[in-house]
Amino acid sequence: MNGGLYTQLLDLACGLFLLAAVLVLWVRELAVIVRIFALQGIALAALAVLLGAHEQRWDLIGVGIGIGLLRAGVLPYLMRRALAAITADRQRYGTAVAESRETQPLVNVAASLLTAALLTLLAYAVARPLTELNPTPATRALPVGLAVVLIGFFVLVTRRRALAQVVGFLLLDNGITATAFLATSGVPLIVELGVSFDVLLAVLVLQILTTRMREAFGTTDIDDLRELHD
Amino acid sequence: MSPTASALLLTAPAAAPLLVAGAYTLSGARARPPAAAFAAVFTQARKRASAQGSVLVQQALVPTTTRRKRYPTDWVALVSPAVILTCGSLLAADVVADGPRTAYSGLLRADALTVWMLLVIGTVALIACGSAPVYLRGEREAGRASEWTVRRYHVLVQAFLAAMCLAVLTANLGVLWVAIEATTIVTAFLVGHRHTRTSVEAAWKYVVICSAGIALAFLGTVLIYYAARQAGITEAWALDWPTLVAHADRLDPAVTRLGITLIVLGFGAKAGLVPLHAWLPDAHSQAPAPVSALMSGVLLSVAFTAILRYRVIADAALGTGFTRVLLAAIALLTLALAAGLLLAQRDYKRMLAYSSMEHMSLIALATAIGSPLALSAALLHVAGHGLAKSVAFCASGRILQLTGTTRMGRVRGLIARTPSLGGAFGLAAVALMAFPPFSLFASELGIARAGFAAGTGLSWVTAAALLLVLLAFAALAARTARMLLGTGTPAHESSSAVWPLALGLAACAALGVATGPLTDLLHAAAHAIGGQ
Repeated sequence: MNGGLYTQLLDLACGLFLLAAVLVLWVRELAVIVRIFALQGIALAALAVLLGAHEQRWDLIGVGIGIGLLRAGVLPYLMRRALAAITADRQRYGTAVAESRETQPLVNVAASLLTAALLTLLAYAVARPLTELNPTPATRALPVGLAVVLIGFFVLVTRRRALAQVVGFLLLDNGITATAFLATSGVPLIVELGVSFDVLLAVLVLQILTTRMREAFGTTDIDDLRELHD
Repeated sequence: MSPTASALLLTAPAAAPLLVAGAYTLSGARARPPAAAFAAVFTQARKRASAQGSVLVQQALVPTTTRRKRYPTDWVALVSPAVILTCGSLLAADVVADGPRTAYSGLLRADALTVWMLLVIGTVALIACGSAPVYLRGEREAGRASEWTVRRYHVLVQAFLAAMCLAVLTANLGVLWVAIEATTIVTAFLVGHRHTRTSVEAAWKYVVICSAGIALAFLGTVLIYYAARQAGITEAWALDWPTLVAHADRLDPAVTRLGITLIVLGFGAKAGLVPLHAWLPDAHSQAPAPVSALMSGVLLSVAFTAILRYRVIADAALGTGFTRVLLAAIALLTLALAAGLLLAQRDYKRMLAYSSMEHMSLIALATAIGSPLALSAALLHVAGHGLAKSVAFCASGRILQLTGTTRMGRVRGLIARTPSLGGAFGLAAVALMAFPPFSLFASELGIARAGFAAGTGLSWVTAAALLLVLLAFAALAARTARMLLGTGTPAHESSSAVWPLALGLAACAALGVATGPLTDLLHAAAHAIGGQ
């Protein structure tokens, strides 16, 4: 692969990756959010495979494919199942629409998008020393990973549906994985395996807790969690 | 010692709890039909309990004349603390004499800090697992636990112990992160073990805040790895702690600064430090008492050990100023928050949780000071706090079973009702208030002395911290006194409930009088984390 094409494809994958994070802020339908998250997983996998092909490292390509399976296949499947369970249960009471939509986020869509722009700028400012240390096409795209981390944190803080919070957590995680790939072509394999396993288990735990939350509170609105406070 | 023997000693603390967890899982698979029958019985019991809950609690207080059912399998859990303590002691002698041990091409490594933490984990686990059978019997008799939930409890607690041991034993900073994140996942269902609203809420907050917080720590780890790779360290060794310490001066300062900030914030979330501390009081108050004891007594300090490790790298790469300011600021903020909320507290388990935050912030302050005296005091404080707090939490679990409430206003005359239990709770509170002879007195004195010797800036911080500690002291003293004193009808308390508590208090007092054979280990551990 020649240098120019590699850089263009890398930038394209990074662009898609960031775009998906911004779209999550824009959309309110939880089912669509999950689909966008799967798209971001594909972009992340493409990123890893591109880097692997460029450096001619087969292990990196393997890791990329594994990441793609996890982030674009398994995790979205788990979230879709949780969503289906919630809506099926609520249909009887006629509130299914309310459960499957992010009805009233803490910050409205316009302000969210503006914040995303500001966070991206912040990411570029913060990432400057990282890029200066070793300027290559990959590290020049580093701010994208950090921007997705910040946007993920923002989603986690401002969204009120349990499932939307899970997506926020996973955006955060995707951002970190992308940063790892862009900076150093990924962390060592044993760490990568451990991290993927932990993320998978965390999502499983959160999925079960979502079900329990629905049983205990009758809703998955985080605002209703206010029994414990000082 | 031969390489095989040291590999065995390094593997056993993490492997033994996993084996015990496996044994519990298998025992469940074999005994399914009776378990199903039990479940049916307990569902009925639970229905009765919900119908006449208060009556049932009253019945549990009266010593029954019929022969009590025994549950010998609950005692199997004590195997892992025994193995952890044995390996810790054997390694201690070896490490103090000959320096660090490694196994599996450097993946596992034991230095003095590792051994010290292993001993703390082992002792606290001994207290927690030792008081678990009585606690679980109380839960069974009240109809709140079935055979299945008890078995799940054992499996998860053992996995929790394994993850914590792995976290202190590994030399690879990536594996350290994986192990600490694993503790979050394993304990999630222990925090949310009752399907009530409060317990689900606590579990949700716990998993979301801790996972997100610790994700920041992973980002920090990635940045340190990046800096290490750019400094010319090969892929296999770029996350190896001894290698990083040896080559820390070559790391890029700007990248390291960013990475260390994220790491302190991230692992700080798990250690109960601001700004990501909100999970701590909820999780500690909702988890079963022995699990609260483990979380407060050792999980917080195991997470803090990660910060201690990274601080060595940061100080070599950036000079001591950066982590000092960062940690001192975080410690002071946490302390102010904990003292304020202790004053306003009405729930005794939450009170203990905020007291944990207070003590973790003192440890953070000692780390910020960073002199050999301060670091030794910090490590002694880790041990003393672990012992005293696990006793307090285990006693609070029994108090909850006896009184049926966690509100302090409704608990009166504990000493008159159950002298042994009330006495243990009272003595643990006295230890947490740092009275002599308990070791927290010695360690807080050490931290204060080191703080005032360290220069004007830190002296002011130490003075402010001492003022806040005094505030927390007053709150803790007033509230515990009201719970303990007063009149009450005596109730029966079996001796098997008291021995772990007495053991913990005795160990805490003994450490306060003299560290004895542990003195060398303590100094070696402080030396390993930069107390030159």
